[in-house]
Amino acid sequence: MAGTAWAGKDLDTVKARGQLVCGVMEGTAGFALANSQGKWEGLDVDVCRAVAAALFGDSEKVKYVPLSSQQRFTALQSGEVDMLSNNTTWTLTRDTALGLDFGAVTYYDGQGFLVNKKLGVKSAKELNGATVCVAPGTTTELNLADYFRANKMTFKPVVIEKVNEVRAAFFAGRCDVYTNDTSSLYATRAANPPPPLTPDDFVVLPEIISKEPLAPAFRHGDNQFGDIIRWSQYAMVEAEEDGITSKNVDEMLKSNNPTIKRLLGVTPGMGKALGVDEKWAYNIIKQVGNYGESFERNIGSGSPLKIKRGLNALWKDGGLQYAMPIR
Amino acid sequence: MAVETLGSSTRPKVAPWNDPVVRGWIFQIVVVGLVGLLAWFLVSNTLDNLARQKIASGYDYLHHEAGFQIGDTMIPYSPADTYARAILVGMLNTLKVSVLGIVLCTILGTLIGIGRLSPNWLLAKICEWYVECFRNVPLLLWLFLFYKIISESFPGPRQAISVLGTLFLSNRGLYFPVPVPNPIHAWMGLALLVGVAAAVAVKRWARKRQDATGLPFPAIRTGIALVIGLPLVVWLLGGAPHEMSWPVVKGFNFQGGSVIQPEFTALLFGLVVYTSAFVAEIVRSGILAINRGQGEAAAALGLSRGQSMRLVLLPQALRVIIPPMTSQYLSITKNSSLAIAIGYPDLVAAVNVTINQTGQAIENVLIIMAAYLTVSLGISAFMNWYNKRIALRER
Repeated sequence: MAGTAWAGKDLDTVKARGQLVCGVMEGTAGFALANSQGKWEGLDVDVCRAVAAALFGDSEKVKYVPLSSQQRFTALQSGEVDMLSNNTTWTLTRDTALGLDFGAVTYYDGQGFLVNKKLGVKSAKELNGATVCVAPGTTTELNLADYFRANKMTFKPVVIEKVNEVRAAFFAGRCDVYTNDTSSLYATRAANPPPPLTPDDFVVLPEIISKEPLAPAFRHGDNQFGDIIRWSQYAMVEAEEDGITSKNVDEMLKSNNPTIKRLLGVTPGMGKALGVDEKWAYNIIKQVGNYGESFERNIGSGSPLKIKRGLNALWKDGGLQYAMPIR
Repeated sequence: MAVETLGSSTRPKVAPWNDPVVRGWIFQIVVVGLVGLLAWFLVSNTLDNLARQKIASGYDYLHHEAGFQIGDTMIPYSPADTYARAILVGMLNTLKVSVLGIVLCTILGTLIGIGRLSPNWLLAKICEWYVECFRNVPLLLWLFLFYKIISESFPGPRQAISVLGTLFLSNRGLYFPVPVPNPIHAWMGLALLVGVAAAVAVKRWARKRQDATGLPFPAIRTGIALVIGLPLVVWLLGGAPHEMSWPVVKGFNFQGGSVIQPEFTALLFGLVVYTSAFVAEIVRSGILAINRGQGEAAAALGLSRGQSMRLVLLPQALRVIIPPMTSQYLSITKNSSLAIAIGYPDLVAAVNVTINQTGQAIENVLIIMAAYLTVSLGISAFMNWYNKRIALRER
């Protein structure tokens, strides 16, 4: 009788439903935010879309569930969502004790500090005694305490559940500093300051105090579903390496490059191995774009965030984004 | 004896399946069995799923280092302390806001409730509006409003509003000077306890004397004098140490003094105004439940309005007031868990962070439930005891 809560493997459930239920952040510009038409957009959202494109051939077959940092793991553990793509840092505890598994890293992030320029602070080392706004239940909250302890400084945390409320408190001056993953700080700076404040009133301090590899998470135990999530990301990175974009993907079908032929399913085999359609990567690239396209559109030069590629450049450009060989 | 023989002898002989007593037992056993089975199913299913997902279970994590900071603590706490201590810090914060909330909402609610019955039209209307406004809007919205008002309308610490250079009001909270710790403070605390005990004794003595001789004694004024006076005398005898720790802007914020943080203020304020509206209605209904003649009789005896309220009406009204008041005290305690929305580190906040860091949702939720159950049963038990004590004794 025990165990009836899960009828079968996660992948079977998702396939039978015909829709992927994806847990995303509750409104972070560039990563996951519903636009004026109510359509979700962002780098995290593109991960969900890529997986849906691989599974169903249609990147629109996703239901987005916005989750706070507090709710997300319980939502995933309890089966409310199939996967998380919400700026979740891959850590040992989460990989083990929390019963999760992680896909490929979609964004290499690090924790930083956002301050008002008026304070005249140039370095995080000058933050002794500061009041710090932080969202609860994050690695951020722990890194913050670690950093101040390591540097023999004190701080007063203001911890509010909803990320929007944390930001509002910061902009209202309730805290001197807002700490989060740097990407999120850029998003906050670009989108949120209430007038008369402008993005230029705020500065991200140079110190990066942690490694935050952000990756999609799924429940431990369904390796095939995990494979699809992992290789959907690799397909996007590989496409960028090979110069395949959403615009030229149809022409690339005629390419003689064996890697491209395997990726796009012209030479079959990869789709079968993953247990999805041979056109899986083609569908991802056609509908979502390659990793570079997604990056530029959502958080790079084509967006208000204007985040540089940095660590997230391709390996051959000196970055860390490296797709495992698709063969 | 006679009844027993009568009962057993007249009982007709019927088949067991037609016997109402046997049937009753069978149904009880079936129901208990089904509930037990359901519980077993839920527990074993959950454990099975947790094991399958490789989620650790048990309470070992309580001894691990918590690693997160808490902004408002009553006992010393650092991120190097354990989860158990972090949860204790949250628990104490919940108790602090609940106890203060209960005391303040009782006082405010009683005043508003009496105010609604005032012959002064303006006062009665103001109290009525107070009740209608605060009672009919969800508490969460009041909390958000108060928190926004405090955090957005007050200036930063450097531009803090200063009251006589003593109190500093900013969006970091209300900073005020506190005495630098001195050994005399412990003795003053002792004197305070003695003062309270003496005040109670005086009150008893005055009552006895009035019962015996009819002579009144100003017991309340004497009591207040004792409670304030004794510690003051001790302080003076101790050489009147008056060194104070003053709040001064240094670096990012005020250093020194003590602070009431905006999150706490917003939560306490929200809980008090919301709950006091309900308390006011309970008090009003309690007073209206008393026979009109009681008030008239009190007036005829020459008691003032205040005296008749305090000595005649309220003591009788309490019998109607106490049971629903218990519910309000329970709600204020439970509603304090909304603190998480405005960032006050209460029990729920501490446990939620723990859930996120350890992934052990079930164990942690059980801790919260046990904590609220204990506090609520404690309040109930106390109020039931008090209710029995003031119940009408028929002679």
